[in-house]
Amino acid sequence: MSEDIKKFLYVNRKAPYGTIFAQEALEVVLIGAAFDQDVSLAFLDDGVFQLTKGQDTKEVGLKNFSPTFNALGDYEVTKFYVEQESLDERGLTLDDLQDVQYEDEDDDYNEKPSIIVVSRSQMADVMADQDVVLSF
Amino acid sequence: MATLHTVNKSPFQNQSLISCLGHAKAGDSILMIEDGVYGAMSGSAMSEVVAGMGANVKLFVLGADVAARGIDAGRVAEGITSVDYEEFVDMAASCDRVQNWL
Repeated sequence: MSEDIKKFLYVNRKAPYGTIFAQEALEVVLIGAAFDQDVSLAFLDDGVFQLTKGQDTKEVGLKNFSPTFNALGDYEVTKFYVEQESLDERGLTLDDLQDVQYEDEDDDYNEKPSIIVVSRSQMADVMADQDVVLSF
Repeated sequence: MATLHTVNKSPFQNQSLISCLGHAKAGDSILMIEDGVYGAMSGSAMSEVVAGMGANVKLFVLGADVAARGIDAGRVAEGITSVDYEEFVDMAASCDRVQNWL
């Protein structure tokens, strides 16, 4: 069975709300989570804006889907690669992002951070290491 | 005589805001809405460009879109005024024309 497990990367390069890409990506991740694959998410370019904390969509009349990221750990989606250069260009730091966590079942269900900040070249390595890349 | 320009795209994604800033006349107003509000953030690679090119125009940002995106109101750059939907309507009604930079 294990040879059937493929590495899937969902690449997020769009800001939330302005287009439907970000929300649709999250829908596909949730659907894909049912298939027991090795799933990672990548956030680069404007995609890093998806993870900002304190999103409040009451006034714009859209669903705030950002809390969903914190639920992905329950579906064994625990690797959120975030590109440092993309943060820097936008004046963002890790402190501006949600503290996304998952419970590590191999370590007494301790809560661990899902976000892994990587450089652009490390992100390129992550991408090159995948079987399937889905872009949004 | 004055134009209200609206920009709804992220300046990190395409050139709409830069093109708008390059075409707006002195005394015009530029309102950043939807993903355009990322152009109003301080401390980004775009901040100085916006401040420099926008020196002769009035810069505004739609507060609801700032809040939706998790940008703290304190992160909106100096000199950019936050407005609500009613003020947006007033601005559209009181200017001579509205030009949307899509």
